[in-house]
Amino acid sequence: MATLDTSRPAAAALFAGLSLRAWKVIGLAAVLAAACVLPFTISSYQLLLANQVIVYAVALLGLNILTGYNGQFSLGHGAFYAIGAYCTAILLDKTGIPYWATIPLAGALCFVAGFLFGLPALRLEGHYLALATFALAVATPQLLKYKDFDFLTGGVQGIVISGPDTPGGLPLRSDQWLYFFCLLWTVPLFVLAWNLLRGRTGRALMAIRDHPLAASSMGIDLARYKSLTFGVSAMYTGIAGALGALLAQFVSPDSFDLFLSIRFLVGIVFGGLASMAGVFFGAIFIEFVPNLADLVSKAAPQAIYGIVLIVCMYLMPTGVMGLLRALGHKLGRLVAR
Amino acid sequence: MLAFLHQVLSGLATGGIYASVALALVMIYQATHQVNFAQGEMATFSTYMAWKMIDSGFPYWAAFLLTLVFAFVVGVTIERVIVRPFYKAPVLSVVAVFIGLLLIINSLSGAIFDYTIKPFPSPFPSDAWYGSPYLSSHEVGMIFVTLMVLALIFAFFRFTPLGLAMRAAAENPVSSRLVGVRVGWMLALGWGLAGMIGAVAGMMTAPIVYLDPYMMFSVLLYGFAGALLGGIDNPWGAVLGGFIVGVLQNLAGAYVVGTELMVTVALVIIVGILVIKPSGLFGRTIVTRV
Repeated sequence: MATLDTSRPAAAALFAGLSLRAWKVIGLAAVLAAACVLPFTISSYQLLLANQVIVYAVALLGLNILTGYNGQFSLGHGAFYAIGAYCTAILLDKTGIPYWATIPLAGALCFVAGFLFGLPALRLEGHYLALATFALAVATPQLLKYKDFDFLTGGVQGIVISGPDTPGGLPLRSDQWLYFFCLLWTVPLFVLAWNLLRGRTGRALMAIRDHPLAASSMGIDLARYKSLTFGVSAMYTGIAGALGALLAQFVSPDSFDLFLSIRFLVGIVFGGLASMAGVFFGAIFIEFVPNLADLVSKAAPQAIYGIVLIVCMYLMPTGVMGLLRALGHKLGRLVAR
Repeated sequence: MLAFLHQVLSGLATGGIYASVALALVMIYQATHQVNFAQGEMATFSTYMAWKMIDSGFPYWAAFLLTLVFAFVVGVTIERVIVRPFYKAPVLSVVAVFIGLLLIINSLSGAIFDYTIKPFPSPFPSDAWYGSPYLSSHEVGMIFVTLMVLALIFAFFRFTPLGLAMRAAAENPVSSRLVGVRVGWMLALGWGLAGMIGAVAGMMTAPIVYLDPYMMFSVLLYGFAGALLGGIDNPWGAVLGGFIVGVLQNLAGAYVVGTELMVTVALVIIVGILVIKPSGLFGRTIVTRV
């Protein structure tokens, strides 16, 4: 678990006359600018991969709010990703709702689903919650395949949808437009999460994670915070699922199996628990490592995730962001000297 | 009525499998307060070893025994090498490590023995049991083997010094260490035993569901459900819970939801137990001291 950092040697340090904070803002602006230029410089296939990374980052952010910040375990976030994806796919398939309007609907639905699942989960801690969500992840494909839901979900075949077209007047290919559409959702979601987590609410969430008893004796309403966090977390992952459905233009039960949920877990562990920037490293990891793993061994593609999980827990329990932070502190101390 | 009785009895037979898995889970939970998510995959891998041996000409029971030895060694090794460093780690790290193990062992099963579905022989005759309309010989054999395993485990913990030492190590590690019990090794032994019980469950399941790398996923879930129902810190409760869950699953499959939602039934049972009575039927209620 994260410990409170009181030293902050880097905060006072100046690099080339600017404070660390200023550098962070500059870095963020540079990344955003790069993200906007990116679709014009790479191939369609690469753009698809980049877009998938952004979608995964939103999903991981959702899981990280729950697991990293609030300390509630979920091995079943693939289920919320699936609900979001299916919500968008079904709405596009059955109704005339425009694609952009399905995203908030999917988010709202997932918020309710997460909140409802979070209510019984309130009474569960640690292993038990992991167990219940594990069962949820294993059951998801089966529920989606169930014959009585066939008329909605399309059963085993899933649903094919058509991707959005570029709105009139914009000089963009449809995949470039979809990329910006995802970005338009992602940036506000991250800003929202940042605002949520840096203030009173975020401190309450972390207090619940670090010492639930102390938190409740400070007057934090555990039940309310925990179930709402479950809802918000599911909403983020659900929105990611909805965007992911637009991206893949296809949903089917078997793409939302236990391994999807496990990949999300690997993502936040690799990127760094309780880190917002870390989710991007995690998303890049879970998007590109399967391709690399296929090169190494065709037969055991999942093993690489397992190895990374265990090695991360051994060598860098704080993930990539933890490593970067530690490096930053070292650097800060060197400069300050 | 006949059909109902048939469902109940064959539910008891599958319940035996769940009881074994539940017992394996509880053994590890009692000693270390860890829930082993890789239990099912360990069992699958052992079953593959048995399949390989039978396939290359070993008689069934020789392969069975060798597999138990193999499962024991694997269990001990995993505990010593991978799980040991996380003994006092937070839940999150522990669960992550177990999930990592699950992925690795699952991939190994697939990589070594490939992903095609294989038939697995049953040591029991394939006809109905003495012409009984209720049970097949394999199901009766399954129940018998499960009860044998439970009796052996009971005798081991109740009547042998080693069993006593293992119980002591789980109950009170500090005092046990002071009287000379090597607590670390006792935990490793517990893992070895759990691995063996899991292997038996795997070899008994495989003739019914066929052997493939994912065959224990739903069995593991039902094992969890059984362990929770009986109380995850009570071995006898867990065994009973396993049998109850087996019957419930069969009845639900036959009369309520059909076989397509088997895993969902497990989810409902698990969440239901955790919501209504998290400590299970026979478990201790946990009281936190401030």
